[in-house]
Amino acid sequence: MRKQLAAGPYLIWMIGFTVIPLILIVYYGLTDASGAFTLNNVLAIMQPTRMNALFRSLKLSLICTAICLLLAYPLAMILKKMSHGGRSGLLIFIFILPMWMNFLLRTMAWQVILSRTGLINTLLSVLGLPPAKLINTNGAIVFGMVYNYLPFMVLPLYNVMVKISDDVIEAAHDLGAGWLQTFVHIILPLSVPGIISGITMVFVPALTTFVISDVLGGGMILLIGNVIEQEFTFTANWNLGSGLSLILMIFILISMFLIAKYDKEGNGTAF
Amino acid sequence: MQEPLIRLRNISKSFDGSVVLDDLNLDIKENEFVTLLGPSGCGKTTTLRILGGFTKPDSGQVFFDGEDITNLPPNKRQLNTVFQKYALFPHMNIEENIAFGLKIKGKSRDYIRDKIRYALKLVNLDGYEKRDVTSLSGGQQQRIAIARAIVNEPRVLLLDEPLGALDLKLRQDMQYELIRLKNELGITFVYVTHDQEESLTMSDTIVVMNQGYIQQMGTPQNIYNEPENAFVADFIGDSNIIDGIMIKDLLVEICGCRIPCVDSGFGTDQPVDVVIRPEDVELSTDPSNGFLSGRVTSLIFKGVHYEMEVMAGGFEWLVQSTLCYPVGSEVGIQVKPENIQIMKKPESADEKAVSADA
Amino acid sequence: MKNFLEKAYLAVIFIFLYLPIAALIVLSFNESKYMSTWGGFSLKWYEDLFSSQIIMSALQNTLIIALVSASIATLIGTAACLGISSMKKLPRTIVMGITNIPMLNADIVTGISLMLCFLAFGVTLSMKTVILAHITFNIPYVILSVMPRIKQLEPSTYEAALDLGASPAYAFVKVVLPDIMPGILSGFLLAFTMSLDDFIITHFTKGAGINTISTLVYSELRKGIKPTLYALSALVFTAVLILLVIMNLPKGKGKKQESLL
Repeated sequence: MRKQLAAGPYLIWMIGFTVIPLILIVYYGLTDASGAFTLNNVLAIMQPTRMNALFRSLKLSLICTAICLLLAYPLAMILKKMSHGGRSGLLIFIFILPMWMNFLLRTMAWQVILSRTGLINTLLSVLGLPPAKLINTNGAIVFGMVYNYLPFMVLPLYNVMVKISDDVIEAAHDLGAGWLQTFVHIILPLSVPGIISGITMVFVPALTTFVISDVLGGGMILLIGNVIEQEFTFTANWNLGSGLSLILMIFILISMFLIAKYDKEGNGTAF
Repeated sequence: MQEPLIRLRNISKSFDGSVVLDDLNLDIKENEFVTLLGPSGCGKTTTLRILGGFTKPDSGQVFFDGEDITNLPPNKRQLNTVFQKYALFPHMNIEENIAFGLKIKGKSRDYIRDKIRYALKLVNLDGYEKRDVTSLSGGQQQRIAIARAIVNEPRVLLLDEPLGALDLKLRQDMQYELIRLKNELGITFVYVTHDQEESLTMSDTIVVMNQGYIQQMGTPQNIYNEPENAFVADFIGDSNIIDGIMIKDLLVEICGCRIPCVDSGFGTDQPVDVVIRPEDVELSTDPSNGFLSGRVTSLIFKGVHYEMEVMAGGFEWLVQSTLCYPVGSEVGIQVKPENIQIMKKPESADEKAVSADA
Repeated sequence: MKNFLEKAYLAVIFIFLYLPIAALIVLSFNESKYMSTWGGFSLKWYEDLFSSQIIMSALQNTLIIALVSASIATLIGTAACLGISSMKKLPRTIVMGITNIPMLNADIVTGISLMLCFLAFGVTLSMKTVILAHITFNIPYVILSVMPRIKQLEPSTYEAALDLGASPAYAFVKVVLPDIMPGILSGFLLAFTMSLDDFIITHFTKGAGINTISTLVYSELRKGIKPTLYALSALVFTAVLILLVIMNLPKGKGKKQESLL
């Protein structure tokens, strides 16, 4: 009994700084300035600019998630294969390292590369080609998202891959399955928890980002994150901002639910 | 003479520079229960993996039914493997696990259903179709692994220490089960184990391996009663291995005493290893009765017999007997000529390493 | 052939990940202000960087916030792990569920909710509120690092220490703590790094006039990139590299370790 008390400060902290703040968002989101109940803050999403921003966010984050999955899956498989040689520790390290460099500086780097007078356009003009409009496009934002969130996809996938025992794969071969059949019937279904974790780990931050669109979209392309951020920092309309956040939280809750359902061993969060 | 089903020719394999198999040749006949027996690292599992197609030999060839299958991938071979840790597919239930190979081959639903029922009956797990793999005990999982392999009607079943993870009682039950299965299916079993008792119980042929070489191959009786070298003698059962000198045919000298034996052809005055099984050493309470006399130094009750150590002629003899000779008592030692096994001393450096290891 | 393709694939991803960083590092030594022209090797942006009062104070703030929040989070988190591990299944599941919230939640929601909470209860946003916010999102990472260690803990070693006459406190310090120390250490470093990296939560919970590296870069970027930021990037990358190497070094003990990566 006495030992359990050690968790006391933590529980108080979590209630004070996680549970109550979340309740406050719900409270502000469902009330107006006078404190009366209203759904207007949530329904405000129907306004065309906001609706557009939400749809753009959904579109770009889904594209980003798909690209990350397509890039990371083969990568995780190669890394698993290399883990037999004992070299994977260093390799994983190499592929995760950029993730730890400051998020803003990382995003800035792409501004340097993509901007009107940036590295790619400099290269194009050296080759005598006309400059391309790269920065301030949806493509630039997706690029920035993929760059920032790719490791979130690689890690959970790698974590489930290394848990698939070689015996099981050999057993499939032994029973007559070729490479493709082994992949479809064994490797893919066994990596589902990692896929789910990876998808949510990439999708949630991509959906809610406002920094990447600010830096690589030049403030001209609004995502739902930008809309909410502005409600708090410029117009200071807490109720409206909270109401719009509630819509985001629906997507986050779906993600949490999926993780809880499919990733019981916590592959996605194990980094 | 029947053409062997499997022929391994001049197989060599090394991992990271250390030699695991060195120029190995092995024939396996159809419908045989062959056990590859040896300590860990002797190359037995590598041999099995080469048969299964999971490991490619550095050199040498594998023939199956007269056909060279050295470069055939595992999924194209008519052999199936029962893995040491079962390797059941964790995301499938038992039915799906067993059906896996048949579905790959595109068999009909009805055929698959009948096969599953038949296989489960064969391994005494009827009615388990819909169970989850993780809900099974180790022994049950092993039966499913066997069922999963045999539904494909392989001509050879490869078993890699399949009973290694089970407890003693279960292991003994499963031994009988495997013999029964082998007889019912009428196919070839290649079985890998380090447990000499298991190999003696089940096999038609035992292949004793050490350090990448085949030490001896023969029937269980043959291997037990007439080990060809000290390693085999020591590995199979307990034995007294004594330095001796072959005086001439049918006469050997151990511990300074010349005694008759039944071996010949070693030349005269040649140093040899003499192997005497502990149950073949006969004691008597009269120290003068026998070629040697000695004193009992330890006594352990083992259930079916007593196990004693007797110091005699400068050698500590291991003796098993149903009679009890208390510690300190003076005894005479007698061995029948046919129970004395003479072996050549190892010559090559490799063979020395083998016996030193033992 | 297959092997070659795999290596090529690794190489492509590697270039994708490191090209931008390499570009920043090269530009940080460029004498010219313009990224399109190479004006020769120069350290002047580094000199600018170290003489910039604003950047240096932001760096100082960042380090203070990271150090304080990581330390407090490590204390609370480690204690929490000890408590949670002796809980029954149901309360443990609930508590671990709450632990997952800050990790799975979007940073923008966490940031906003904390800001609302501080302001609603009349707390002025300042560096203190940033530290409180950072502790909040850091604790789960500490728990994540320490928990596996505690699960691996052999209860018999603690009992053996008691059996040999140690008091519970002595046994804890001498037997349990050394065993979970690698987890605590990596939890601390992980929390420290997460804190250094954070922008969004800091953005919402910081008071006016207080900047961390992240928030400074954010406001600078709206005005346009200055070459000093390249120099800053190069330094941050080097620092993170060193930090991560340290974090991953004590692997040699052969124990199955819960890698941070």
